[in-house]
Amino acid sequence: MPATSSAVLAVTSTGHYLHWGVVSVSLTNLVIISIMVVVFVLALVVPFQRRGGGPR
Amino acid sequence: MTALPREADSGSWTVRLRDRVTHVVPSGEALPDQQPAYVSSWIYVFGVATLAALLVVVGSGLVLAVGGSAWWHVSSFGHFVNSVHLWSVELFFAAMVIHLWGKFWMAAWRGKRGLTWVTGMIAFLTSIGTAFTGYLSQSNFDSQWIGAEGKDGINSIGAGAFFNVLNPGQMLMWHVVLLPLAIGGLAVWHVVLVRRHGVVPPIDAKEGE
Repeated sequence: MPATSSAVLAVTSTGHYLHWGVVSVSLTNLVIISIMVVVFVLALVVPFQRRGGGPR
Repeated sequence: MTALPREADSGSWTVRLRDRVTHVVPSGEALPDQQPAYVSSWIYVFGVATLAALLVVVGSGLVLAVGGSAWWHVSSFGHFVNSVHLWSVELFFAAMVIHLWGKFWMAAWRGKRGLTWVTGMIAFLTSIGTAFTGYLSQSNFDSQWIGAEGKDGINSIGAGAFFNVLNPGQMLMWHVVLLPLAIGGLAVWHVVLVRRHGVVPPIDAKEGE
Protein backbone atom coordinates (compact mmCIF):
# COMPACT_ATOMS: atom_id res chain seq x y z
CA MET A 1 0.00 0.00 0.00
CA PRO A 2 1.44 3.45 -0.88
CA ALA A 3 2.50 5.62 2.04
CA THR A 4 -0.13 8.25 1.28
CA SER A 5 -2.96 5.71 1.38
CA SER A 6 -1.83 4.29 4.73
CA ALA A 7 -1.55 7.83 6.12
CA VAL A 8 -5.11 8.62 5.02
CA LEU A 9 -6.29 5.33 6.52
CA ALA A 10 -4.58 6.17 9.82
CA VAL A 11 -6.26 9.57 9.95
CA THR A 12 -9.73 8.36 9.00
CA SER A 13 -9.87 5.32 11.33
CA THR A 14 -11.40 6.71 14.52
CA GLY A 15 -11.75 3.51 16.55
CA HIS A 16 -14.77 2.41 18.55
CA TYR A 17 -16.24 4.63 21.22
CA LEU A 18 -18.85 3.83 23.85
CA HIS A 19 -21.24 6.45 25.19
CA TRP A 20 -23.28 6.60 28.40
CA GLY A 21 -24.80 10.07 28.64
CA VAL A 22 -21.96 12.52 29.17
CA VAL A 23 -19.44 9.67 29.54
CA SER A 24 -17.53 8.75 26.38
CA VAL A 25 -14.70 6.22 26.38
CA SER A 26 -12.85 4.37 23.64
CA LEU A 27 -13.20 0.59 23.64
CA THR A 28 -9.39 0.28 23.88
CA ASN A 29 -9.21 2.44 27.00
CA LEU A 30 -12.16 0.62 28.57
CA VAL A 31 -10.42 -2.75 28.01
CA ILE A 32 -7.17 -1.42 29.55
CA ILE A 33 -9.01 0.02 32.59
CA SER A 34 -10.89 -3.28 33.01
CA ILE A 35 -7.61 -5.25 32.95
CA MET A 36 -6.12 -2.87 35.55
CA VAL A 37 -9.14 -3.40 37.84
CA VAL A 38 -8.78 -7.19 37.43
CA VAL A 39 -5.03 -7.00 38.25
CA PHE A 40 -5.84 -4.82 41.28
CA VAL A 41 -8.37 -7.35 42.61
CA LEU A 42 -5.92 -10.21 41.98
CA ALA A 43 -3.22 -8.29 43.90
CA LEU A 44 -5.60 -8.11 46.86
CA VAL A 45 -6.70 -11.75 46.92
CA VAL A 46 -3.72 -13.78 45.61
CA PRO A 47 -1.47 -14.97 48.50
CA PHE A 48 2.07 -13.60 48.49
CA GLN A 49 4.76 -16.22 49.10
CA ARG A 50 7.47 -14.97 51.45
CA ARG A 51 11.08 -16.09 51.01
CA GLY A 52 13.64 -15.47 53.78
CA GLY A 53 13.56 -12.40 56.01
CA GLY A 54 10.46 -13.52 57.87
CA PRO A 55 8.02 -11.18 59.57
CA ARG A 56 9.13 -9.27 62.63
CA MET B 1 53.02 12.10 61.69
CA THR B 2 49.56 10.69 62.27
CA ALA B 3 46.56 12.83 62.98
CA LEU B 4 45.01 12.33 66.39
CA PRO B 5 41.29 11.48 66.45
CA ARG B 6 39.20 14.46 67.44
CA GLU B 7 35.75 14.63 68.93
CA ALA B 8 33.10 15.83 66.50
CA ASP B 9 32.76 19.59 66.54
CA SER B 10 29.04 20.24 66.90
CA GLY B 11 29.61 23.78 65.67
CA SER B 12 30.82 22.56 62.28
CA TRP B 13 28.30 22.72 59.43
CA THR B 14 29.59 19.41 58.03
CA VAL B 15 28.85 17.68 61.34
CA ARG B 16 25.38 19.21 61.51
CA LEU B 17 24.69 18.19 57.89
CA ARG B 18 26.05 14.69 58.52
CA ASP B 19 23.81 14.27 61.59
CA ARG B 20 20.84 15.56 59.61
CA VAL B 21 21.44 13.17 56.69
CA THR B 22 22.09 10.11 58.87
CA HIS B 23 18.90 10.70 60.86
CA VAL B 24 16.56 11.15 57.88
CA VAL B 25 15.86 7.40 57.93
CA PRO B 26 16.05 5.34 61.16
CA SER B 27 19.06 3.06 61.41
CA GLY B 28 18.64 -0.12 59.34
CA GLU B 29 15.43 1.08 57.65
CA ALA B 30 17.00 2.39 54.43
CA LEU B 31 17.46 -1.15 53.06
CA PRO B 32 15.61 -3.40 55.53
CA ASP B 33 15.81 -7.20 55.39
CA GLN B 34 12.65 -7.71 57.46
CA GLN B 35 9.22 -6.14 57.22
CA PRO B 36 5.98 -6.47 59.20
CA ALA B 37 3.76 -9.44 58.26
CA TYR B 38 1.13 -7.19 56.64
CA VAL B 39 3.67 -6.15 53.99
CA SER B 40 3.52 -9.62 52.39
CA SER B 41 0.94 -8.68 49.78
CA TRP B 42 1.11 -8.29 46.02
CA ILE B 43 -0.23 -4.76 46.35
CA TYR B 44 3.24 -3.57 47.45
CA VAL B 45 4.83 -5.00 44.32
CA PHE B 46 3.20 -2.27 42.24
CA GLY B 47 5.07 0.56 43.96
CA VAL B 48 8.37 -1.15 43.17
CA ALA B 49 7.13 -2.00 39.65
CA THR B 50 6.47 1.73 39.15
CA LEU B 51 10.08 2.52 40.08
CA ALA B 52 11.39 -0.29 37.84
CA ALA B 53 9.32 0.99 34.91
CA LEU B 54 10.60 4.53 35.58
CA LEU B 55 14.18 3.29 35.24
CA VAL B 56 13.34 1.75 31.84
CA VAL B 57 11.54 4.95 30.80
CA VAL B 58 14.58 7.06 31.68
CA GLY B 59 17.04 4.59 30.12
CA SER B 60 15.16 4.36 26.81
CA GLY B 61 14.70 8.15 26.88
CA LEU B 62 18.46 8.63 27.21
CA VAL B 63 19.03 6.44 24.13
CA LEU B 64 16.36 8.41 22.21
CA ALA B 65 18.11 11.64 23.23
CA VAL B 66 21.27 10.47 21.46
CA GLY B 67 19.45 10.17 18.12
CA GLY B 68 17.12 13.14 18.52
CA SER B 69 13.35 13.48 18.41
CA ALA B 70 13.03 12.55 14.70
CA TRP B 71 15.43 9.58 14.85
CA TRP B 72 12.68 7.00 15.40
CA HIS B 73 11.07 7.95 12.06
CA VAL B 74 14.12 6.91 10.03
CA SER B 75 15.73 4.06 11.99
CA SER B 76 14.31 0.63 12.83
CA PHE B 77 16.43 0.58 16.01
CA GLY B 78 15.20 4.06 16.85
CA HIS B 79 11.63 2.85 16.31
CA PHE B 80 12.29 -0.10 18.65
CA VAL B 81 13.72 2.16 21.38
CA ASN B 82 10.78 4.55 20.93
CA SER B 83 8.38 1.62 21.39
CA VAL B 84 10.26 0.51 24.54
CA HIS B 85 9.89 4.09 25.78
CA LEU B 86 6.14 4.09 25.05
CA TRP B 87 5.35 0.69 26.56
CA SER B 88 7.48 1.25 29.66
CA VAL B 89 5.47 4.45 30.17
CA GLU B 90 2.22 2.44 29.80
CA LEU B 91 3.42 -0.04 32.46
CA PHE B 92 4.67 2.86 34.61
CA PHE B 93 1.21 4.46 34.66
CA ALA B 94 -0.67 1.17 35.09
CA ALA B 95 1.51 0.12 38.05
CA MET B 96 1.38 3.62 39.56
CA VAL B 97 -2.43 3.81 39.35
CA ILE B 98 -2.86 0.34 40.92
CA HIS B 99 -0.40 1.42 43.66
CA LEU B 100 -2.49 4.60 44.11
CA TRP B 101 -5.77 2.60 44.35
CA GLY B 102 -4.24 0.34 46.99
CA LYS B 103 -2.88 3.25 49.01
CA PHE B 104 -6.15 5.19 48.76
CA TRP B 105 -8.27 2.32 50.12
CA MET B 106 -5.68 1.72 52.90
CA ALA B 107 -5.91 5.43 53.86
CA ALA B 108 -2.12 5.29 53.67
CA TRP B 109 -1.73 8.91 54.84
CA ARG B 110 -2.41 7.80 58.45
CA GLY B 111 0.31 8.04 61.13
CA LYS B 112 2.09 11.22 59.98
CA ARG B 113 2.38 9.88 56.43
CA GLY B 114 0.57 12.82 54.83
CA LEU B 115 3.68 14.09 53.05
CA THR B 116 4.32 10.60 51.64
CA TRP B 117 0.84 10.64 50.11
CA VAL B 118 1.22 14.21 48.82
CA THR B 119 4.61 13.58 47.17
CA GLY B 120 3.13 10.50 45.47
CA MET B 121 0.15 12.48 44.18
CA ILE B 122 2.34 15.33 42.91
CA ALA B 123 4.61 12.76 41.22
CA PHE B 124 1.49 11.29 39.56
CA LEU B 125 0.31 14.68 38.28
CA THR B 126 3.83 15.61 37.12
CA SER B 127 4.02 12.28 35.27
CA ILE B 128 0.82 13.14 33.38
CA GLY B 129 2.38 16.44 32.31
CA THR B 130 5.53 14.63 31.24
CA ALA B 131 3.48 12.17 29.17
CA PHE B 132 1.63 15.05 27.47
CA THR B 133 4.88 16.80 26.55
CA GLY B 134 6.08 13.44 25.24
CA TYR B 135 3.07 13.27 22.91
CA LEU B 136 4.00 16.79 21.76
CA SER B 137 7.59 15.68 21.03
CA GLN B 138 6.75 12.89 18.56
CA SER B 139 7.54 15.17 15.60
CA ASN B 140 4.61 13.88 13.52
CA PHE B 141 1.03 14.83 12.59
CA ASP B 142 -0.20 13.41 15.90
CA SER B 143 1.94 15.84 17.93
CA GLN B 144 0.83 18.75 15.72
CA TRP B 145 -2.83 17.82 16.21
CA ILE B 146 -2.45 17.45 19.99
CA GLY B 147 -0.60 20.80 20.19
CA ALA B 148 -3.27 22.58 18.15
CA GLU B 149 -6.05 21.10 20.29
CA GLY B 150 -4.20 21.55 23.58
CA LYS B 151 -3.33 25.24 23.18
CA ASP B 152 -6.89 26.34 23.97
CA GLY B 153 -6.94 24.32 27.16
CA ILE B 154 -3.56 25.71 28.25
CA ASN B 155 -4.66 29.26 27.37
CA SER B 156 -7.89 28.81 29.34
CA ILE B 157 -5.89 28.29 32.55
CA GLY B 158 -3.66 31.30 31.80
CA ALA B 159 -0.44 29.33 31.24
CA GLY B 160 -0.18 29.83 27.47
CA ALA B 161 2.03 32.93 27.83
CA PHE B 162 4.97 30.90 29.17
CA PHE B 163 4.00 27.30 28.29
CA ASN B 164 3.39 27.19 24.53
CA VAL B 165 2.31 23.71 23.42
CA LEU B 166 2.74 24.81 19.79
CA ASN B 167 6.49 25.28 20.40
CA PRO B 168 8.02 21.80 19.89
CA GLY B 169 11.46 22.93 21.08
CA GLN B 170 10.08 24.18 24.40
CA MET B 171 7.94 21.06 24.85
CA LEU B 172 10.93 18.79 24.12
CA MET B 173 13.07 20.58 26.73
CA TRP B 174 10.31 20.31 29.33
CA HIS B 175 9.93 16.61 28.42
CA VAL B 176 13.61 15.61 28.57
CA VAL B 177 15.01 18.00 31.21
CA LEU B 178 12.65 19.83 33.57
CA LEU B 179 9.86 17.31 34.16
CA PRO B 180 12.13 14.22 34.44
CA LEU B 181 14.21 16.10 37.04
CA ALA B 182 11.01 16.88 38.95
CA ILE B 183 9.77 13.28 38.77
CA GLY B 184 13.18 11.89 39.76
CA GLY B 185 13.38 14.22 42.74
CA LEU B 186 9.83 13.47 43.82
CA ALA B 187 10.38 9.71 43.46
CA VAL B 188 13.51 9.83 45.64
CA TRP B 189 11.73 12.04 48.21
CA HIS B 190 8.71 9.68 48.20
CA VAL B 191 10.84 6.53 48.73
CA VAL B 192 12.88 8.21 51.49
CA LEU B 193 9.63 9.17 53.26
CA VAL B 194 8.34 5.57 52.93
CA ARG B 195 11.55 4.29 54.54
CA ARG B 196 11.45 7.06 57.18
CA HIS B 197 7.89 6.37 58.35
CA GLY B 198 7.57 2.69 57.33
CA VAL B 199 4.68 0.99 55.55
CA VAL B 200 1.28 1.99 56.92
CA PRO B 201 -0.29 -0.72 59.15
CA PRO B 202 -3.77 -2.04 58.30
CA ILE B 203 -6.63 0.08 59.65
CA ASP B 204 -7.72 -2.63 62.12
CA ALA B 205 -4.19 -3.59 63.25
CA LYS B 206 -3.53 -3.68 66.99
CA GLU B 207 -0.29 -2.43 68.58
CA GLY B 208 2.47 -5.04 68.22
CA GLU B 209 0.82 -7.01 65.41
